[in-house]
Amino acid sequence: MQVPAPFEYERATSVDHAIGLLERLGSTARLIAGGHSLLPMMKLRLANFDYLIDINDLHADLGYIRPGRDEIRIGALTRHRELLESAELATAFPIFAEAERVIADPVVRNRGTLGGSLCQADPSEDLSAVCTTLDASCVIRGPGGTERVVSMEEFHVGPYETAVGDAEMLVEVRLPVRPGGGSAYEKVERRAGDWAVVSAGAAVWLDGGVISDARVGLAAVGPNTTGMPEVSAALRGQEPTESLFERAGAVAAASCDPVTDQRGSADYKRHLAAELTKRALRRAAERARS
Amino acid sequence: MTTVHERVDTFHDNDQKPVGYGRMLRKEDPRFVRGRGRYVDDVQLPGMLHLAILRSPVAHARIVGIDTSAAEASPGVKAVVTGAMLAELNLAWMPTLSNDVQAVLATDKVRFQGQEVAFVVAEDRYAARDALELIDVEYDILDPVVDARRALEPGAPVIRDDLEGKTDNHCFDWETGDEAATEAVFARADVVVTEDIVYPRVHPAPMETCGAVADFDAVDGRLRLWSTTQAPHAHRTLYAIVAGIPEHKIQVIAPDIGGGFGNKVPIYPGYVCAIVGSIVTGKPVKWMEDRSENLISTGFARDYIMRGEIAATRDGRILAIRTNVLADHGAFNGTAAPVKYPAGFFGVFTGSYDIEAAYCKMTAVYTNKAPGGVAYACSFRITEAVYLVERIVDCLADELGMDPAELRLKNFIQPEQFPYTTKTGWVYDSGDYEPTMRLAMEMAGYAELRREQEEKRARGELMGIGIAFFTEAVGAGPRKNMDILGLGMADGCELRVHPTGKAVVRLSVQSQGQGHETTFAQIVAEEIGIPPADIDVVHGDTDNTPFGLGTYGSRSTPVSGAAAALVARKVRDKARIIASGMLEVSVADLEWSKGAFHVTGDPGKSVTIQDIALRAHGAGDLPEGVEGGLEAQICYNPSNLTYPHGAYICVVDVDPGTAQVTVRRFIAVDDCGTRINPMIIEGQVHGGLTDGVGMALMEMIAFDEDGNCLGASMMDYLIPTALEVPDWETGFTVTPSPHHPIGAKGVGESATVGSPPAIVNAVVDALKPFGVRHADMPLTPSRVWDAMRGHAQPPI
Repeated sequence: MQVPAPFEYERATSVDHAIGLLERLGSTARLIAGGHSLLPMMKLRLANFDYLIDINDLHADLGYIRPGRDEIRIGALTRHRELLESAELATAFPIFAEAERVIADPVVRNRGTLGGSLCQADPSEDLSAVCTTLDASCVIRGPGGTERVVSMEEFHVGPYETAVGDAEMLVEVRLPVRPGGGSAYEKVERRAGDWAVVSAGAAVWLDGGVISDARVGLAAVGPNTTGMPEVSAALRGQEPTESLFERAGAVAAASCDPVTDQRGSADYKRHLAAELTKRALRRAAERARS
Repeated sequence: MTTVHERVDTFHDNDQKPVGYGRMLRKEDPRFVRGRGRYVDDVQLPGMLHLAILRSPVAHARIVGIDTSAAEASPGVKAVVTGAMLAELNLAWMPTLSNDVQAVLATDKVRFQGQEVAFVVAEDRYAARDALELIDVEYDILDPVVDARRALEPGAPVIRDDLEGKTDNHCFDWETGDEAATEAVFARADVVVTEDIVYPRVHPAPMETCGAVADFDAVDGRLRLWSTTQAPHAHRTLYAIVAGIPEHKIQVIAPDIGGGFGNKVPIYPGYVCAIVGSIVTGKPVKWMEDRSENLISTGFARDYIMRGEIAATRDGRILAIRTNVLADHGAFNGTAAPVKYPAGFFGVFTGSYDIEAAYCKMTAVYTNKAPGGVAYACSFRITEAVYLVERIVDCLADELGMDPAELRLKNFIQPEQFPYTTKTGWVYDSGDYEPTMRLAMEMAGYAELRREQEEKRARGELMGIGIAFFTEAVGAGPRKNMDILGLGMADGCELRVHPTGKAVVRLSVQSQGQGHETTFAQIVAEEIGIPPADIDVVHGDTDNTPFGLGTYGSRSTPVSGAAAALVARKVRDKARIIASGMLEVSVADLEWSKGAFHVTGDPGKSVTIQDIALRAHGAGDLPEGVEGGLEAQICYNPSNLTYPHGAYICVVDVDPGTAQVTVRRFIAVDDCGTRINPMIIEGQVHGGLTDGVGMALMEMIAFDEDGNCLGASMMDYLIPTALEVPDWETGFTVTPSPHHPIGAKGVGESATVGSPPAIVNAVVDALKPFGVRHADMPLTPSRVWDAMRGHAQPPI
């Protein structure tokens, strides 16, 4: 059994309580939700914190999926399993359930959260790729109930680094809803439940048979999940054809920056960026049509 | 004689509780499925302390100094012990199972990342672990030797400068077969195919990591040691030799073991540390390694870099096989194998084929990696041998443009040739290969699969069919030439029938999940007619079981299974004499049918084994010269190994865009001789096939150029899940072993041995349109993609 270094532990009773504790304890404290990334790092003693603030009791406040006319709001404590099983989310953004099905395993999905996934800021993390694809914005709350809203690009400032300050907390993710859209997720992993070798999310919006907008989010090919504006530019205003998706894949491969590791060579990952971009766009466009 | 059976899927006879062989649920499972198993980490003793080990963060370094003062002052710490302190007790080094020595705690140098440097004993495992961080070790970093191919280069850093006069990293040389005869056959062969084939380093990764609870009583000098061991008796003898505690004062207890696969054969420094910790503190001490410690420091497997060569006629007659092997043994030669077999049973690399000549030359080297060398259900290196021959035979089929099934069928040793002496001197006991192969092909629908493949290829889809046919050599072994550190590989067994006709059988072998409590009860039941439910199987406690060498190399049924059958026959012989007295006839007039003796020609006149047991312990008269009681003990020395075989066919699909491999079907036909409990056999096969998928597709203990282990957690070292494996299709043939008392051959490792080549052959077959003839494991998507582009690389 791997055991972490000593730490103190408190269960937060409200969001303001949690933020108050963070404000008082500073960078020696960490929020814990699902804990599936934090606890292994602490057990390996790669991460050592003096205080853990457990926010799992706040699920009643922060665990929700609220569809609206222009956007869907998802609470940061919403569990993977809730995202996987949400009918509203499946209708608006099939990419979510597709990604969730290949995230870890049921035990992890029962406990892990959307907020925890984004705050971990792992470049291989699937929900970050999904939220990047869907142009999500993140609501960060600070002391005194102050809130600010940042884009995914702003939220992730580097590998394992986010825009959330020491006395702040991610409380909500907002996904803009636009008509005529379809989305899909593709992932290559060495084994079920593994981190992505590469994964690609795609969202396509059609207007009169022409792509009015398209977004691609790639995981594991750069310091953070990548929004690929070059791919969007190549797709906008075009008819959704196989050759277009092929070209978009080539643009994705050229625009990403993978590195060789145990999961695969940089060349292979670049190849996958093209292949998975193409496949995800193909299915997203099919869904947008229907 | 071989009998061929249809595939058996039904479980209808499960509740019939056979008196002897047959399907029945495992007797041990109720406690496991209810969470009532008792493992080493469940052992709690009054006043027990906890031990944690400080491990080297680097692969190769000289230890300049160790400051333990801060750790000693840490709350709850009872003792901090370093290599220097062990050296004073002459315990800093211990013998390995291969006549090398291994550091218990490093004194001079660290030689692999994860090597044991010091240990802390504290009131709980948190305090012990916290104190490790306070030990200050000053290292003088040395260049590591990571790539075995460069270990013997002039100027390579010398790892084992502890060995007197050692000036290089050479570990041993070994050869088998006839070099000149093989060269002559190669010189005249129509076709010669050569391929470089690597079997990467993998790890058994049992669910339960290694650990021990040591309880040394300073008053009576007794040591009780609960430990995760597959070989409690062998361990006890070695502790007596290493620690100088008299053997009769040592009790080794292996409680329930959560998987072994060879990982729990060696004695690890942690066990010795726990013993020292208990002696030093006067308290019971528990050590349980964590997952990373298990992966980085305990017995790895494989790590053979092989060049295979095969010579044949143009029409597909295999003439000779030759191989040159570079073996990476890590920092210490911790290989567990019979002493005269430094390369284990690798000599069976001639496979299942009748050939004219064979030769192997092997060089083993030290590297700055964890020691070990034989583990992971490998039957003493047969895994490597079978992989080599089954891969190179496929390369030959490719070269000849022959179907790989046809090539194998054409070259099999024929049934009338058994016992068959191979060109490397192994005497295969029995076999009838063609029916086994034909059954697998029939179950697979082989011809139809080839047709489907052709159609798919025309459409650009990648489908592969892979075949492996293996012959294993298990059940080590005859004591005349097999021993481990001088201990002969024969097994004792005791059987005691109680007055009421219930029985207890005591074994030296140790289950790690194989179902011994059921299988051995069935073996005894078959011989003396007492139902398995009435037979208690005792194992895993050296105070309560006879001596024997333990469970590995699929030896439980071939060796201890024979012992159990023979001891039961010995009891039955005595029962016959008692019965003759009870029935007032001569023993010659008695016939045995399951569970009772009756008078020949008068079946109504009979006594059951239960009647006899009561008489044996009762007050009445016994025939003259017969002692009371009904029990016996024996020690079984096998006259030969047993040679199970099998035919495996794997069907894979490869995604041409992502290079991901999906194992679509897997057909496994095993011939392990007499089958005792088919359900348990199928379970063993299912597990081994899953192992094979892991090794073929994802498992590898890799290192970076500094010697850092890149497989130190389950996140980095992948093992397969249910989602990577198909529904296994199993079948069987039965070719009994002629020398084994019940004809059983052992099956524990067959599937682990046979499945990797089937899967790799299937993937290579799928990649044929790309001109691929070989690609090394693990066949991860990235590595398969490299192969598709003609850039297949060895896995370093």
